[in-house]
Amino acid sequence: MASSDFLDELRAIVGEDYVIDHREDLLVYEYDGSVDRSMPRAVVLPANADEVSRVMALAYDAGVTVVGRGSGTGLSGGAITPPDGLQIAFPRMNRILEVDSINRTALVEPGVINLDLDNHVRKFGMRYAPDPSSQRACSLGGNIAENAGGPHCLAYGATTNHVIGMEVVLEDGEIVHLGSQAREASGYDLRGAFVGSEGTFGIATKILVRLLPTPESVRTFLGIFPDIDSACTAVSAVIGYGIVPAALEMIDALSIRAVQNVTDAGYPNDAGAVLLIELEGLREEVEEVTKEVESALWDTGAADVRIAEDDAERERLWVGRKTAFGAFGTIAPNYYLVDGVVPRTRLTQMLRKVNEVSERYGITIANVFHAGDGNLHPCMLFDAREPGVMDNAMAAAAELMEECAALGGTLSGEHGIGLEKKQFMPLVYADDDMAAMQRVREAFAPQNRLNPGKIFPDGSYYRPAPHPAAHTAGLYA
Amino acid sequence: MAGGAQPQTDEVRHSGGGIDAGHGFPYGVPFEGSLNDGPGFAGSDAPTEADLYRCVHCGLCLSACPTYVETQLETESPRGRIALMKAVHEGRTGISERLVSHWELCLQCRACEAVCPSGVPYGRLMEHTRAQVQDNNLASPALSRLSRLFLRAALPHNGRLRIAGHLMRAYQRWGLQGLVRRIGFLKALPGGLSEMEAQMPVMGDRFFSPSRRVYPANPRVYSSEGQSRMTVGLLSGCVMPMMQGDTMRAAVRVLQRNGCDVVTPTAQGCCGALNLHAGDLELGRQLARRNIDAFRSAGVDVIITASAGCGSSMKEYGDLLRDDPDYADAATEFAENTRDITEFLAELPLDPPQAELPWRVTMQDPCHLAHAQRITDAPRQVLRSIPGLQLTEMAESSLCCGSAGFYSLIQRDMSQRLQRRKIGNALATEAQVIASANPGCMAQLEQGLRNAESDVRVKHVVEILDAAYQAEG
Repeated sequence: MASSDFLDELRAIVGEDYVIDHREDLLVYEYDGSVDRSMPRAVVLPANADEVSRVMALAYDAGVTVVGRGSGTGLSGGAITPPDGLQIAFPRMNRILEVDSINRTALVEPGVINLDLDNHVRKFGMRYAPDPSSQRACSLGGNIAENAGGPHCLAYGATTNHVIGMEVVLEDGEIVHLGSQAREASGYDLRGAFVGSEGTFGIATKILVRLLPTPESVRTFLGIFPDIDSACTAVSAVIGYGIVPAALEMIDALSIRAVQNVTDAGYPNDAGAVLLIELEGLREEVEEVTKEVESALWDTGAADVRIAEDDAERERLWVGRKTAFGAFGTIAPNYYLVDGVVPRTRLTQMLRKVNEVSERYGITIANVFHAGDGNLHPCMLFDAREPGVMDNAMAAAAELMEECAALGGTLSGEHGIGLEKKQFMPLVYADDDMAAMQRVREAFAPQNRLNPGKIFPDGSYYRPAPHPAAHTAGLYA
Repeated sequence: MAGGAQPQTDEVRHSGGGIDAGHGFPYGVPFEGSLNDGPGFAGSDAPTEADLYRCVHCGLCLSACPTYVETQLETESPRGRIALMKAVHEGRTGISERLVSHWELCLQCRACEAVCPSGVPYGRLMEHTRAQVQDNNLASPALSRLSRLFLRAALPHNGRLRIAGHLMRAYQRWGLQGLVRRIGFLKALPGGLSEMEAQMPVMGDRFFSPSRRVYPANPRVYSSEGQSRMTVGLLSGCVMPMMQGDTMRAAVRVLQRNGCDVVTPTAQGCCGALNLHAGDLELGRQLARRNIDAFRSAGVDVIITASAGCGSSMKEYGDLLRDDPDYADAATEFAENTRDITEFLAELPLDPPQAELPWRVTMQDPCHLAHAQRITDAPRQVLRSIPGLQLTEMAESSLCCGSAGFYSLIQRDMSQRLQRRKIGNALATEAQVIASANPGCMAQLEQGLRNAESDVRVKHVVEILDAAYQAEG
């Protein structure tokens, strides 16, 4: 890209102030929440679907690759834009267009902040269930791209379960509609294919989401354990009772320390691990299950079990969980998050592996994760400015992901593959699988102009080097 | 590039100071060298690596930042501003006019700091960054001019301030202001004088006067009503006694009523907050030392301020003077003994008024109370202690009103956008009174209400409490 004509035409579409091409300004569009970094050629901030469509058509004709960015909180490098690429950012498209309390839906623009939507619909006795830890900042558009999860997805499912339909701009600027107004659509579920496509299929410009009624009763427990093993046993015990909590989260000793460094979330500093468990439902139901949860926790060796007395205490317990990743900044300036999922019964085994890898590589790893659905988040903490440290972290990550795959799990629960995990795809998919995925992508974006170079090992479905330990085999070179 | 903090290893320099190039991320090496030939950070007051790299760019600050919320631009966000500081630190860019423009649009409201999961000391980072900007003479002309005129020539000098205050009051009272505005005299002068005149704070009818030198007849110690519980020092500072003399007198009466002997040391002066925010750390330190001396010799148990902005800086004197062997300990002690007046009253706890005050009130949280000092309950506790008072919460009560010291003079557009937003949120509550706890916010709110032609009044929390005590008869 780059001709000044192209930039002038962009300015004509979105206005002078909303095309950013000065390199000093672009320093702040190089990053997202991950460790990757790349300065785009320009950033454009459209105000509506029509502008998005015209920007996309212009880029398409000019042969420019386009990468969408919500709030830049992603943890897999999904919004990182190649040096000659155009970044489209959506913070200006932040209107909640409609709330329908009879059909329990909301129509929103992609830049709406997750928590803003939830807060807004709570006035009408409803909620938007997916609640990523970054919900205070992350956008619905980004949530759709990554099929974002969150603690409460244990009971309610990830983003894809809450998106009914979308208005989407394709790579050539065409505007199409996926899904329907109704709850169920006939034919292929293109909406389902689109959610989680990490910005490679198109750009959602309007999103119809499903809302849920707010539960009558909520109860939040903090189970305090002497070590992570007993906490894992407790997870199995709770689920073994046939209970499906709304959320079931594990926070290990290091993460407790990180959080408590900044925010007093009420986690005991000397605990080996804590479980944060939330029950929701009808009052009687919650009362009844409360006893079962308590006994499951005590039976598996809890040192203490606390129940939040009021909303303020509940809020405080959750603030700790939801700020944990940011709080790692008190320990090290960079982190690399592994987002692997294993069957719940393999949690203990997987965490032992994490421990072993941490010791062998001499790398600090914190664990704060969605224990209920087996979605681990071993988080490696390091200073990326130390020479060689990234190689070390990536090698350790490779071992962890291999273990996830070997235990019958997968690479990413909710943060996407993006740049950071793409070299690990061959661990869980054969060439044919990835080729099939690429053919689906071709149906949406034949020219592969949208967020290219993500998800698949080299941006195509050809694996350039044999796994394992792809990082040492020059995959990144 | 000149004098920046040098990257520590060859590899780091190779990759433009960012992520180690060795790992070979596909996009990890966007460019090498510096984007411009501007100066880097240097000297002992440069932002420290420990502060800078505490930020892991998670983005949770974005939605709390007034300038981000208004512009939706990452360049005007806390995360973006820190990224620019890191880029300078890493030698990937020098300090340039453009970078300075993003840093100067920051209100230093510290809302980001209050929500930061990692506890990044953003306020300190920004003060130190502005110090670097000043050292290199790269501040915007408007800020430089104001710094010379007010921050260095006026605020630190009690005598000059008084004279200026009297002149301004005369100008406003004797019809001169109306005349000047009618004939458009200032528009003919360069340097935005006309805009500055429009922003001129309205001087109070009666100045509050702590200074024996200026007003020798005034008592310096105000004795408690009834049995004395303790002796407290009250900051009169710089402009507040002239702009908000009523608030100062109300503060004294409220403290007296609650069993405090109130001392206003004559040797005290400006707390230095505005100098510090502008990056003039040295002058800020001098002013801090003067106040530490003044209150130390006054023999008070606690030091109270009715200005959230001042309290925030005074509570950080320990950090400011930590490398000063003569003052480090005294500064820490001073900081630990400093209380916002609402915080002090809530802690006492205060003697609840007996008479009813049937006002509908909404609380505007001053940034330097809510974010910098993390005090939001105390003013509400004080207000709720008043029988008959109805407290209704406004939306975005802790989003900056756009006052921010001299910000309203330098960044008029952003300041007024935030002012309108705040007034809109306040008026939506249908309150009769907006309660605040900071002189700058009060002036900004008053001006906003005048623009909106509203008859809603602005009062400091202690003025409302004082009114309730007065109503007891």
